Amino acid sequence: MTLAPAVARRGAGLRRGAGQSDGRVPLRTAAGLGLGAAVLWLSLLVLLPLAAVVVKATGNGWSGFWDALTSREALSALRLTVFSSIGVAALNAIIGTLIAWVLVRDSFRGKRVVEVVIDIPFALPTIVAGLVLLTLYGPHSPLGVNWYATTRGVILALLFVTLPFVVRTVQPVLIGLDRDVEEAATSLGASRFTTFRRIILPAILPAIAGGAALAFARAMGEYGSVVLISGGLQFKTEISSMYVYSQIENDELAAAAATATALLVISLVVIGLLDIVQRWAARHG
Amino acid sequence: MVSQIAPAATTDRSTPIDLGEAPTQPPRRPRRTGTYVLRGIAIGYVGVLVLVPLGVVLWRTIQQGLGTFWDTISDPTVVHAIVLTGVVAGIAVLLNVVFGIGMALLLARYRFPGRRLLNILIDLPLAVSPIVVGLALILVYGQEGGWLGGLGVQIIYSIPGMVLATVFVSLPLVVRALVPVLEEEGLDQELAARSLGANARQCFRRITLPTIKWALAYGVVLSLARAIGEFGAVKVVSGNVIGQTQTVTLLVDERAEQFEPGAYQASILLIAVTVICIVGVSLIHPPEGRS
Repeated sequence: MTLAPAVARRGAGLRRGAGQSDGRVPLRTAAGLGLGAAVLWLSLLVLLPLAAVVVKATGNGWSGFWDALTSREALSALRLTVFSSIGVAALNAIIGTLIAWVLVRDSFRGKRVVEVVIDIPFALPTIVAGLVLLTLYGPHSPLGVNWYATTRGVILALLFVTLPFVVRTVQPVLIGLDRDVEEAATSLGASRFTTFRRIILPAILPAIAGGAALAFARAMGEYGSVVLISGGLQFKTEISSMYVYSQIENDELAAAAATATALLVISLVVIGLLDIVQRWAARHG
Repeated sequence: MVSQIAPAATTDRSTPIDLGEAPTQPPRRPRRTGTYVLRGIAIGYVGVLVLVPLGVVLWRTIQQGLGTFWDTISDPTVVHAIVLTGVVAGIAVLLNVVFGIGMALLLARYRFPGRRLLNILIDLPLAVSPIVVGLALILVYGQEGGWLGGLGVQIIYSIPGMVLATVFVSLPLVVRALVPVLEEEGLDQELAARSLGANARQCFRRITLPTIKWALAYGVVLSLARAIGEFGAVKVVSGNVIGQTQTVTLLVDERAEQFEPGAYQASILLIAVTVICIVGVSLIHPPEGRS
Protein backbone atom coordinates (compact mmCIF):
# COMPACT_ATOMS: atom_id res chain seq x y z
CA MET A 1 0.00 0.00 0.00
CA THR A 2 2.82 2.28 0.65
CA LEU A 3 6.37 2.91 -0.10
CA ALA A 4 7.11 4.07 3.40
CA PRO A 5 7.70 0.73 5.08
CA ALA A 6 10.20 -0.73 2.74
CA VAL A 7 12.62 2.10 2.53
CA ALA A 8 12.33 3.02 6.18
CA ARG A 9 13.00 -0.55 7.18
CA ARG A 10 16.05 -0.94 5.01
CA GLY A 11 17.56 1.90 6.97
CA ALA A 12 16.50 0.14 10.13
CA GLY A 13 18.30 -3.04 9.12
CA LEU A 14 21.43 -1.01 8.72
CA ARG A 15 21.12 0.50 12.16
CA ARG A 16 21.01 -3.00 13.56
CA GLY A 17 24.24 -3.65 11.74
CA ALA A 18 22.98 -6.40 9.46
CA GLY A 19 26.34 -7.16 7.95
CA GLN A 20 28.57 -10.16 7.62
CA SER A 21 28.12 -11.98 10.93
CA ASP A 22 24.37 -11.63 10.91
CA GLY A 23 23.27 -15.17 11.69
CA ARG A 24 22.69 -15.95 8.03
CA VAL A 25 23.90 -19.21 6.53
CA PRO A 26 25.19 -19.91 3.01
CA LEU A 27 22.72 -21.31 0.48
CA ARG A 28 22.09 -25.05 0.31
CA THR A 29 20.69 -26.90 -2.69
CA ALA A 30 17.02 -26.63 -1.77
CA ALA A 31 17.28 -22.96 -0.85
CA GLY A 32 19.28 -22.38 -4.03
CA LEU A 33 16.42 -23.79 -6.10
CA GLY A 34 14.01 -21.59 -4.17
CA LEU A 35 16.16 -18.57 -4.93
CA GLY A 36 16.15 -19.49 -8.61
CA ALA A 37 12.36 -19.76 -8.65
CA ALA A 38 11.92 -16.47 -6.80
CA VAL A 39 14.29 -14.62 -9.11
CA LEU A 40 12.55 -16.11 -12.16
CA TRP A 41 9.16 -14.95 -10.87
CA LEU A 42 10.52 -11.50 -10.08
CA SER A 43 12.06 -11.31 -13.56
CA LEU A 44 8.93 -12.37 -15.44
CA LEU A 45 6.68 -10.15 -13.37
CA VAL A 46 8.74 -7.02 -12.74
CA LEU A 47 12.13 -6.81 -14.43
CA LEU A 48 11.27 -8.01 -17.92
CA PRO A 49 8.17 -5.77 -18.23
CA LEU A 50 9.99 -2.69 -16.92
CA ALA A 51 12.87 -3.42 -19.31
CA ALA A 52 10.32 -3.67 -22.13
CA VAL A 53 9.12 -0.14 -21.34
CA VAL A 54 12.63 1.26 -21.63
CA VAL A 55 13.34 -0.72 -24.80
CA LYS A 56 10.07 0.43 -26.37
CA ALA A 57 10.81 4.04 -25.47
CA THR A 58 14.25 3.95 -27.08
CA GLY A 59 13.17 1.79 -30.01
CA ASN A 60 13.39 4.74 -32.39
CA GLY A 61 16.76 5.79 -31.08
CA TRP A 62 17.67 8.45 -28.57
CA SER A 63 16.22 11.25 -30.71
CA GLY A 64 12.93 9.39 -31.06
CA PHE A 65 12.75 9.05 -27.29
CA TRP A 66 13.57 12.70 -26.79
CA ASP A 67 11.04 13.88 -29.38
CA ALA A 68 8.29 11.79 -27.81
CA LEU A 69 9.17 12.99 -24.33
CA THR A 70 9.24 16.65 -25.34
CA SER A 71 6.16 16.70 -27.51
CA ARG A 72 3.99 19.59 -26.40
CA GLU A 73 1.36 17.52 -24.63
CA ALA A 74 3.83 15.14 -22.96
CA LEU A 75 6.00 17.98 -21.73
CA SER A 76 3.06 19.96 -20.41
CA ALA A 77 1.81 16.91 -18.49
CA LEU A 78 5.28 16.14 -17.14
CA ARG A 79 5.76 19.73 -16.03
CA LEU A 80 2.46 19.74 -14.14
CA THR A 81 3.26 16.36 -12.59
CA VAL A 82 6.75 17.31 -11.41
CA PHE A 83 5.84 20.75 -10.09
CA SER A 84 2.67 19.66 -8.31
CA SER A 85 4.54 16.67 -6.82
CA ILE A 86 7.29 18.94 -5.50
CA GLY A 87 4.69 21.30 -4.05
CA VAL A 88 2.76 18.44 -2.48
CA ALA A 89 5.93 16.97 -0.97
CA ALA A 90 6.93 20.35 0.47
CA LEU A 91 3.49 20.99 1.96
CA ASN A 92 3.48 17.46 3.39
CA ALA A 93 6.86 18.07 5.01
CA ILE A 94 5.35 20.94 6.99
CA ILE A 95 1.81 19.82 7.73
CA GLY A 96 2.83 16.15 8.16
CA THR A 97 5.42 17.10 10.78
CA LEU A 98 2.83 19.29 12.49
CA ILE A 99 0.29 16.45 12.59
CA ALA A 100 2.90 13.98 13.85
CA TRP A 101 3.84 16.50 16.57
CA VAL A 102 0.23 16.92 17.67
CA LEU A 103 -0.32 13.14 17.69
CA VAL A 104 2.76 12.52 19.83
CA ARG A 105 2.91 15.51 22.18
CA ASP A 106 -0.69 16.56 22.56
CA SER A 107 -3.52 14.60 24.09
CA PHE A 108 -7.17 15.28 23.50
CA ARG A 109 -10.44 13.48 23.04
CA GLY A 110 -10.75 12.01 19.59
CA LYS A 111 -7.02 11.62 19.03
CA ARG A 112 -7.54 7.95 18.24
CA VAL A 113 -10.01 8.90 15.53
CA VAL A 114 -7.37 11.13 13.95
CA GLU A 115 -4.88 8.24 14.20
CA VAL A 116 -7.22 5.96 12.25
CA VAL A 117 -8.21 8.64 9.74
CA ILE A 118 -4.53 9.22 8.88
CA ASP A 119 -4.36 5.63 7.63
CA ILE A 120 -7.46 5.79 5.45
CA PRO A 121 -5.65 7.20 2.39
CA PHE A 122 -3.26 4.22 2.53
CA ALA A 123 -6.01 1.66 2.38
CA LEU A 124 -8.76 3.42 0.45
CA PRO A 125 -8.92 2.47 -3.24
CA THR A 126 -7.63 5.45 -5.20
CA ILE A 127 -10.69 5.73 -7.44
CA VAL A 128 -12.91 5.91 -4.36
CA ALA A 129 -10.65 8.66 -3.02
CA GLY A 130 -11.17 10.46 -6.33
CA LEU A 131 -14.94 10.09 -6.14
CA VAL A 132 -14.98 11.22 -2.52
CA LEU A 133 -13.04 14.39 -3.37
CA LEU A 134 -15.15 15.05 -6.45
CA THR A 135 -18.27 14.88 -4.31
CA LEU A 136 -17.09 17.55 -1.90
CA TYR A 137 -14.99 19.72 -4.19
CA GLY A 138 -16.55 19.05 -7.60
CA PRO A 139 -19.38 20.58 -9.66
CA HIS A 140 -22.12 19.45 -7.24
CA SER A 141 -20.21 20.43 -4.14
CA PRO A 142 -22.33 21.21 -1.10
CA LEU A 143 -19.67 23.82 -0.25
CA GLY A 144 -20.22 25.66 -3.48
CA VAL A 145 -16.59 25.35 -4.58
CA ASN A 146 -15.87 23.79 -7.93
CA TRP A 147 -12.33 22.60 -8.36
CA TYR A 148 -13.20 20.19 -11.15
CA ALA A 149 -10.66 20.43 -13.99
CA THR A 150 -8.41 22.82 -12.10
CA THR A 151 -4.82 22.46 -10.94
CA ARG A 152 -6.12 22.97 -7.41
CA GLY A 153 -8.22 19.82 -7.77
CA VAL A 154 -5.20 17.82 -8.92
CA ILE A 155 -3.11 19.04 -6.00
CA LEU A 156 -5.94 18.30 -3.57
CA ALA A 157 -6.10 14.68 -4.78
CA LEU A 158 -2.32 14.33 -4.47
CA LEU A 159 -2.44 15.77 -0.94
CA PHE A 160 -5.10 13.22 -0.02
CA VAL A 161 -3.15 10.15 -1.10
CA THR A 162 0.18 11.38 0.32
CA LEU A 163 -1.19 12.44 3.72
CA PRO A 164 0.20 9.49 5.75
CA PHE A 165 3.80 9.44 4.46
CA VAL A 166 5.48 12.21 6.47
CA VAL A 167 3.23 11.66 9.51
CA ARG A 168 4.10 7.98 9.71
CA THR A 169 7.84 8.41 9.18
CA VAL A 170 8.22 11.31 11.63
CA GLN A 171 5.95 9.92 14.36
CA PRO A 172 8.20 7.03 15.54
CA VAL A 173 11.28 9.28 15.63
CA LEU A 174 9.41 11.89 17.63
CA ILE A 175 8.24 9.25 20.11
CA GLY A 176 11.80 8.02 20.53
CA LEU A 177 13.26 11.44 21.30
CA ASP A 178 14.84 11.92 24.69
CA ARG A 179 12.77 14.51 26.55
CA ASP A 180 15.60 15.21 29.01
CA VAL A 181 17.59 17.12 26.42
CA GLU A 182 14.62 19.36 25.71
CA GLU A 183 14.05 19.97 29.39
CA ALA A 184 17.72 20.80 29.82
CA ALA A 185 17.48 23.31 26.98
CA THR A 186 14.36 24.86 28.48
CA SER A 187 15.90 25.09 31.94
CA LEU A 188 18.89 26.85 30.40
CA GLY A 189 16.54 29.49 29.13
CA ALA A 190 15.81 28.40 25.58
CA SER A 191 12.40 29.36 24.26
CA ARG A 192 10.03 26.68 22.96
CA PHE A 193 10.82 27.73 19.41
CA THR A 194 14.58 27.63 19.98
CA THR A 195 14.29 24.20 21.60
CA PHE A 196 12.36 22.97 18.58
CA ARG A 197 14.75 24.48 16.08
CA ARG A 198 18.00 23.47 17.78
CA ILE A 199 17.13 20.20 19.50
CA ILE A 200 14.12 18.56 17.89
CA LEU A 201 14.31 19.60 14.26
CA PRO A 202 17.83 18.23 13.61
CA ALA A 203 16.77 14.88 15.05
CA ILE A 204 13.65 14.52 12.93
CA LEU A 205 14.97 16.10 9.74
CA PRO A 206 16.07 12.82 8.09
CA ALA A 207 12.61 11.35 8.76
CA ILE A 208 10.92 14.44 7.31
CA ALA A 209 13.09 14.24 4.21
CA GLY A 210 12.38 10.52 3.88
CA GLY A 211 8.64 10.96 4.20
CA ALA A 212 8.61 13.88 1.76
CA ALA A 213 10.61 11.87 -0.79
CA LEU A 214 8.13 9.00 -0.53
CA ALA A 215 5.24 11.44 -0.93
CA PHE A 216 6.94 12.90 -4.01
CA ALA A 217 7.46 9.46 -5.58
CA ARG A 218 3.86 8.52 -4.88
CA ALA A 219 2.53 11.78 -6.32
CA MET A 220 4.62 11.38 -9.48
CA GLY A 221 2.89 8.11 -10.36
CA GLU A 222 -0.58 8.75 -8.97
CA TYR A 223 -3.50 8.09 -11.27
CA GLY A 224 -6.73 6.83 -9.69
CA SER A 225 -7.41 9.63 -7.25
CA VAL A 226 -6.67 12.34 -9.80
CA VAL A 227 -8.49 11.00 -12.84
CA LEU A 228 -12.03 12.05 -11.85
CA ILE A 229 -11.37 15.51 -10.47
CA SER A 230 -8.75 16.51 -13.04
CA GLY A 231 -11.03 16.15 -16.03
CA GLY A 232 -7.91 15.41 -18.06
CA LEU A 233 -7.79 18.69 -19.98
CA GLN A 234 -4.77 18.64 -22.28
CA PHE A 235 -2.17 21.29 -21.49
CA LYS A 236 -4.06 22.18 -18.32
CA THR A 237 -4.92 19.43 -15.86
CA GLU A 238 -3.58 16.30 -17.55
CA ILE A 239 -0.87 14.67 -15.43
CA SER A 240 1.73 12.29 -16.84
CA SER A 241 0.06 9.03 -15.81
CA MET A 242 -3.14 10.21 -17.53
CA TYR A 243 -1.13 11.15 -20.59
CA VAL A 244 0.46 7.69 -20.66
CA TYR A 245 -2.99 6.12 -20.37
CA SER A 246 -4.41 8.17 -23.25
CA GLN A 247 -1.43 7.22 -25.41
CA ILE A 248 -2.01 3.53 -24.63
CA GLU A 249 -5.67 3.98 -25.60
CA ASN A 250 -4.59 5.53 -28.92
CA ASP A 251 -2.17 2.66 -29.46
CA GLU A 252 0.77 5.07 -29.38
CA LEU A 253 2.82 2.71 -27.25
CA ALA A 254 6.20 4.28 -28.04
CA ALA A 255 4.99 7.71 -26.90
CA ALA A 256 3.46 6.15 -23.79
CA ALA A 257 6.72 4.32 -23.06
CA ALA A 258 8.78 7.51 -23.37
CA THR A 259 6.89 9.34 -20.62
CA ALA A 260 6.66 6.11 -18.62
CA THR A 261 10.45 5.79 -18.75
CA ALA A 262 10.84 9.37 -17.54
CA LEU A 263 8.50 8.65 -14.61
CA LEU A 264 10.42 5.47 -13.81
CA VAL A 265 13.79 7.22 -13.86
CA ILE A 266 12.62 10.11 -11.67
CA SER A 267 11.11 7.72 -9.12
CA LEU A 268 14.23 5.55 -9.05
CA VAL A 269 16.52 8.56 -8.61
CA VAL A 270 14.43 9.81 -5.69
CA ILE A 271 14.34 6.37 -4.06
CA GLY A 272 18.08 5.95 -4.63
CA LEU A 273 18.83 9.36 -3.09
CA LEU A 274 16.59 8.53 -0.17
CA ASP A 275 18.47 5.27 0.39
CA ILE A 276 21.78 7.15 0.40
CA VAL A 277 20.46 9.84 2.77
CA GLN A 278 19.09 7.24 5.18
CA ARG A 279 22.32 5.25 5.17
CA TRP A 280 24.19 8.46 5.84
CA ALA A 281 21.79 9.41 8.64
CA ALA A 282 22.05 5.91 10.13
CA ARG A 283 25.84 6.20 10.23
CA HIS A 284 25.94 9.73 11.60
CA GLY A 285 22.77 9.72 13.65
CA MET B 1 -5.06 0.69 21.40
CA VAL B 2 -4.64 2.31 18.07
CA SER B 3 -2.29 0.98 15.51
CA GLN B 4 -1.41 1.88 12.02
CA ILE B 5 -1.89 0.19 8.74
CA ALA B 6 1.48 1.47 7.63
CA PRO B 7 3.90 -1.44 7.88
CA ALA B 8 6.74 0.87 8.76
CA ALA B 9 5.03 1.93 11.88
CA THR B 10 3.92 -1.46 13.03
CA THR B 11 6.51 -4.03 12.12
CA ASP B 12 9.73 -2.16 12.36
CA ARG B 13 11.21 -3.64 15.50
CA SER B 14 14.12 -1.27 15.56
CA THR B 15 12.08 1.80 16.35
CA PRO B 16 12.76 2.59 19.97
CA ILE B 17 9.16 2.38 21.08
CA ASP B 18 6.57 0.09 19.53
CA LEU B 19 4.16 2.24 17.56
CA GLY B 20 1.37 -0.18 18.28
CA GLU B 21 0.92 1.59 21.55
CA ALA B 22 -0.90 4.87 21.05
CA PRO B 23 1.63 7.55 21.79
CA THR B 24 0.82 8.38 25.39
CA GLN B 25 3.15 10.96 26.71
CA PRO B 26 0.90 13.38 28.52
CA PRO B 27 2.15 16.93 28.31
CA ARG B 28 3.65 17.83 31.64
CA ARG B 29 3.51 21.56 31.23
CA PRO B 30 0.23 23.46 31.32
CA ARG B 31 -1.16 23.93 27.84
CA ARG B 32 -0.66 27.18 26.03
CA THR B 33 -2.38 28.84 23.14
CA GLY B 34 0.18 27.41 20.72
CA THR B 35 -0.86 23.88 21.63
CA TYR B 36 -4.47 24.62 20.74
CA VAL B 37 -3.50 26.33 17.48
CA LEU B 38 -1.40 23.35 16.37
CA ARG B 39 -4.12 20.93 17.40
CA GLY B 40 -6.68 22.95 15.50
CA ILE B 41 -4.57 22.99 12.33
CA ALA B 42 -3.92 19.23 12.50
CA ILE B 43 -7.55 18.28 13.10
CA GLY B 44 -8.77 20.84 10.57
CA TYR B 45 -6.44 19.60 7.84
CA VAL B 46 -7.26 15.94 8.35
CA GLY B 47 -10.94 16.75 8.61
CA VAL B 48 -11.18 18.86 5.47
CA LEU B 49 -9.04 16.48 3.44
CA VAL B 50 -10.37 13.09 4.55
CA LEU B 51 -13.11 13.00 7.13
CA VAL B 52 -15.59 15.52 5.73
CA PRO B 53 -15.41 14.20 2.14
CA LEU B 54 -15.96 10.64 3.39
CA GLY B 55 -18.86 11.83 5.49
CA VAL B 56 -20.45 13.54 2.50
CA VAL B 57 -20.23 10.37 0.40
CA LEU B 58 -21.82 8.37 3.23
CA TRP B 59 -24.54 10.99 3.52
CA ARG B 60 -25.23 10.98 -0.24
CA THR B 61 -25.59 7.22 -0.20
CA ILE B 62 -27.88 7.22 2.81
CA GLN B 63 -29.94 9.94 1.15
CA GLN B 64 -30.52 7.72 -1.86
CA GLY B 65 -31.87 5.09 0.47
CA LEU B 66 -31.12 1.56 1.56
CA GLY B 67 -33.39 0.17 -1.15
CA THR B 68 -31.37 1.89 -3.86
CA PHE B 69 -28.20 0.59 -2.26
CA TRP B 70 -29.44 -2.98 -2.30
CA ASP B 71 -30.84 -2.70 -5.85
CA THR B 72 -27.50 -1.41 -7.12
CA ILE B 73 -25.41 -3.99 -5.33
CA SER B 74 -27.58 -6.90 -6.52
CA ASP B 75 -27.53 -5.76 -10.15
CA PRO B 76 -25.95 -8.56 -12.24
CA THR B 77 -23.20 -6.30 -13.63
CA VAL B 78 -22.23 -5.22 -10.13
CA VAL B 79 -22.40 -8.76 -8.76
CA HIS B 80 -20.14 -9.90 -11.58
CA ALA B 81 -17.69 -7.12 -10.76
CA ILE B 82 -17.69 -8.07 -7.09
CA VAL B 83 -17.07 -11.76 -7.85
CA LEU B 84 -14.34 -10.91 -10.35
CA THR B 85 -12.62 -8.61 -7.85
CA GLY B 86 -12.76 -11.39 -5.27
CA VAL B 87 -11.29 -13.96 -7.66
CA VAL B 88 -8.48 -11.72 -8.91
CA ALA B 89 -7.60 -10.46 -5.42
CA GLY B 90 -7.78 -13.99 -3.99
CA ILE B 91 -5.40 -15.49 -6.56
CA ALA B 92 -3.07 -12.50 -6.27
CA VAL B 93 -2.90 -12.74 -2.48
CA LEU B 94 -2.28 -16.51 -2.67
CA LEU B 95 0.62 -15.96 -5.08
CA ASN B 96 1.94 -13.19 -2.85
CA VAL B 97 1.85 -15.48 0.18
CA VAL B 98 3.81 -18.25 -1.56
CA PHE B 99 6.33 -15.85 -3.04
CA GLY B 100 6.41 -13.74 0.11
CA ILE B 101 7.23 -16.58 2.50
CA GLY B 102 9.89 -17.98 0.18
CA MET B 103 11.49 -14.64 -0.50
CA ALA B 104 11.39 -13.57 3.16
CA LEU B 105 13.08 -16.84 4.23
CA LEU B 106 15.78 -16.33 1.60
CA LEU B 107 16.42 -12.71 2.56
CA ALA B 108 16.37 -13.31 6.30
CA ARG B 109 18.16 -16.64 6.53
CA TYR B 110 20.68 -16.95 3.75
CA ARG B 111 23.81 -15.26 2.55
CA PHE B 112 24.26 -15.14 -1.20
CA PRO B 113 25.73 -12.82 -3.80
CA GLY B 114 23.22 -10.20 -4.92
CA ARG B 115 21.19 -10.34 -1.72
CA ARG B 116 21.30 -6.58 -1.25
CA LEU B 117 20.30 -5.97 -4.86
CA LEU B 118 17.39 -8.37 -4.51
CA ASN B 119 16.38 -6.58 -1.33
CA ILE B 120 16.14 -3.32 -3.27
CA LEU B 121 14.41 -4.87 -6.31
CA ILE B 122 11.61 -6.23 -4.13
CA ASP B 123 10.58 -2.66 -3.29
CA LEU B 124 10.66 -1.51 -6.90
CA PRO B 125 6.94 -2.13 -7.61
CA LEU B 126 5.94 0.39 -4.95
CA ALA B 127 7.78 3.16 -6.77
CA VAL B 128 6.19 2.52 -10.16
CA SER B 129 3.05 4.27 -11.37
CA PRO B 130 0.17 1.79 -11.79
CA ILE B 131 -0.35 2.99 -15.36
CA VAL B 132 3.31 2.24 -16.12
CA VAL B 133 2.82 -1.23 -14.59
CA GLY B 134 -0.05 -1.84 -16.99
CA LEU B 135 1.94 -0.58 -19.98
CA ALA B 136 4.90 -2.75 -19.02
CA LEU B 137 2.75 -5.88 -18.83
CA ILE B 138 1.12 -5.12 -22.20
CA LEU B 139 4.54 -4.74 -23.83
CA VAL B 140 5.61 -8.18 -22.62
CA TYR B 141 2.41 -10.22 -22.58
CA GLY B 142 0.24 -8.44 -25.19
CA GLN B 143 -0.85 -10.77 -27.99
CA GLU B 144 0.14 -8.32 -30.68
CA GLY B 145 3.78 -7.42 -30.46
CA GLY B 146 4.37 -8.53 -26.88
CA TRP B 147 7.75 -10.11 -26.17
CA LEU B 148 6.07 -13.21 -24.79
CA GLY B 149 2.75 -12.62 -26.57
CA GLY B 150 2.89 -15.77 -28.64
CA LEU B 151 2.41 -18.21 -25.76
CA GLY B 152 -1.05 -19.18 -26.98
CA VAL B 153 -2.68 -18.10 -23.73
CA GLN B 154 -4.53 -14.83 -23.64
CA ILE B 155 -3.10 -12.86 -20.75
CA ILE B 156 -3.82 -9.23 -21.52
CA TYR B 157 -7.53 -8.25 -21.54
CA SER B 158 -8.34 -11.28 -19.44
CA ILE B 159 -8.04 -12.55 -15.88
CA PRO B 160 -4.38 -13.74 -15.95
CA GLY B 161 -3.23 -10.26 -16.91
CA MET B 162 -5.34 -8.68 -14.18
CA VAL B 163 -3.84 -11.10 -11.66
CA LEU B 164 -0.31 -10.27 -12.85
CA ALA B 165 -1.00 -6.55 -12.53
CA THR B 166 -2.43 -7.00 -9.05
CA VAL B 167 0.46 -9.19 -7.90
CA PHE B 168 2.92 -6.65 -9.30
CA VAL B 169 1.56 -3.75 -7.26
CA SER B 170 1.24 -5.72 -4.02
CA LEU B 171 4.41 -7.79 -4.37
CA PRO B 172 6.50 -6.39 -1.49
CA LEU B 173 3.79 -6.28 1.18
CA VAL B 174 4.01 -9.86 2.48
CA VAL B 175 7.80 -10.00 2.19
CA ARG B 176 8.22 -6.76 4.13
CA ALA B 177 5.87 -7.92 6.86
CA LEU B 178 7.80 -11.18 7.35
CA VAL B 179 11.49 -10.26 7.06
CA PRO B 180 11.82 -8.28 10.35
CA VAL B 181 10.11 -11.04 12.34
CA LEU B 182 12.30 -13.74 10.83
CA GLU B 183 15.43 -11.67 11.39
CA GLU B 184 14.52 -11.07 15.00
CA GLU B 185 13.68 -14.68 15.71
CA GLY B 186 16.95 -15.98 14.29
CA LEU B 187 17.89 -19.53 13.45
CA ASP B 188 18.50 -21.02 16.93
CA GLN B 189 15.15 -22.73 17.42
CA GLU B 190 15.16 -24.19 13.94
CA LEU B 191 18.71 -25.47 14.27
CA ALA B 192 17.76 -27.06 17.60
CA ALA B 193 14.73 -28.74 16.02
CA ARG B 194 16.83 -29.99 13.13
CA SER B 195 19.50 -31.37 15.45
CA LEU B 196 16.76 -33.21 17.35
CA GLY B 197 15.79 -34.94 14.13
CA ALA B 198 12.96 -32.84 12.69
CA ASN B 199 12.83 -32.78 8.92
CA ALA B 200 12.50 -29.58 6.91
CA ARG B 201 8.72 -29.77 6.68
CA GLN B 202 8.18 -30.46 10.38
CA CYS B 203 10.57 -27.67 11.17
CA PHE B 204 8.65 -25.21 8.97
CA ARG B 205 5.25 -26.27 10.28
CA ARG B 206 6.13 -26.45 13.98
CA ILE B 207 8.72 -23.69 14.36
CA THR B 208 8.73 -21.21 11.49
CA LEU B 209 5.01 -20.94 10.80
CA PRO B 210 3.97 -20.26 14.42
CA THR B 211 6.68 -17.61 14.59
CA ILE B 212 5.52 -15.70 11.55
CA LYS B 213 1.78 -16.31 11.68
CA TRP B 214 0.76 -12.85 12.93
CA ALA B 215 3.14 -11.04 10.64
CA LEU B 216 1.82 -13.20 7.82
CA ALA B 217 -1.78 -12.34 8.67
CA TYR B 218 -0.78 -8.70 8.72
CA GLY B 219 0.87 -8.95 5.29
CA VAL B 220 -2.14 -10.80 3.91
CA VAL B 221 -4.58 -8.11 5.06
CA LEU B 222 -2.39 -5.40 3.58
CA SER B 223 -2.08 -7.12 0.22
CA LEU B 224 -5.77 -7.98 0.18
CA ALA B 225 -6.71 -4.34 0.73
CA ARG B 226 -4.25 -3.28 -1.95
CA ALA B 227 -5.43 -5.98 -4.36
CA ILE B 228 -9.12 -5.15 -3.99
CA GLY B 229 -8.43 -1.46 -4.41
CA GLU B 230 -6.06 -1.65 -7.37
CA PHE B 231 -7.27 0.50 -10.21
CA GLY B 232 -4.78 1.99 -12.68
CA ALA B 233 -2.80 -1.13 -13.58
CA VAL B 234 -5.94 -3.25 -13.86
CA LYS B 235 -7.63 -0.58 -15.98
CA VAL B 236 -4.83 -0.79 -18.53
CA VAL B 237 -4.53 -4.58 -18.77
CA SER B 238 -8.21 -5.50 -18.40
CA GLY B 239 -9.67 -3.61 -21.32
CA ASN B 240 -12.54 -2.80 -18.92
CA VAL B 241 -15.19 -4.87 -20.71
CA ILE B 242 -18.44 -4.41 -18.77
CA GLY B 243 -19.71 -7.70 -17.39
CA GLN B 244 -16.46 -9.45 -18.29
CA THR B 245 -13.27 -7.83 -17.06
CA GLN B 246 -14.76 -5.03 -15.01
CA THR B 247 -13.74 -5.04 -11.36
CA VAL B 248 -15.46 -2.97 -8.68
CA THR B 249 -12.94 -0.12 -8.89
CA LEU B 250 -13.33 -0.01 -12.68
CA LEU B 251 -17.10 0.01 -12.24
CA VAL B 252 -16.89 2.99 -9.88
CA ASP B 253 -14.75 4.81 -12.44
CA GLU B 254 -17.08 4.08 -15.34
CA ARG B 255 -20.28 4.97 -13.48
CA ALA B 256 -18.75 8.18 -12.14
CA GLU B 257 -17.43 9.32 -15.51
CA GLN B 258 -20.69 8.51 -17.30
CA PHE B 259 -22.76 10.04 -14.48
CA GLU B 260 -24.61 6.74 -14.17
CA PRO B 261 -26.02 5.72 -10.79
CA GLY B 262 -24.17 3.13 -8.74
CA ALA B 263 -20.78 4.76 -8.22
CA TYR B 264 -21.62 5.76 -4.65
CA GLN B 265 -23.09 2.42 -3.72
CA ALA B 266 -20.09 0.48 -5.06
CA SER B 267 -17.78 2.97 -3.33
CA ILE B 268 -19.49 2.40 0.00
CA LEU B 269 -18.78 -1.29 -0.45
CA LEU B 270 -15.09 -0.55 -1.01
CA ILE B 271 -14.98 1.90 1.89
CA ALA B 272 -16.48 -0.83 4.11
CA VAL B 273 -13.75 -3.27 2.99
CA THR B 274 -11.13 -0.61 3.73
CA VAL B 275 -12.45 0.01 7.22
CA ILE B 276 -12.58 -3.75 7.91
CA CYS B 277 -8.97 -4.06 6.77
CA ILE B 278 -7.80 -1.17 8.98
CA VAL B 279 -9.65 -2.62 11.97
CA GLY B 280 -8.27 -6.07 11.10
CA VAL B 281 -4.72 -4.74 11.08
CA SER B 282 -5.19 -3.07 14.45
CA LEU B 283 -6.58 -6.32 15.86
CA ILE B 284 -3.73 -8.36 14.42
CA HIS B 285 -1.05 -6.10 15.72
CA PRO B 286 -1.17 -6.65 19.51
CA PRO B 287 -0.41 -10.41 19.48
CA GLU B 288 2.36 -9.84 16.99
CA GLY B 289 3.83 -7.18 19.22
CA ARG B 290 3.85 -9.55 22.17
CA SER B 291 5.48 -12.48 20.43
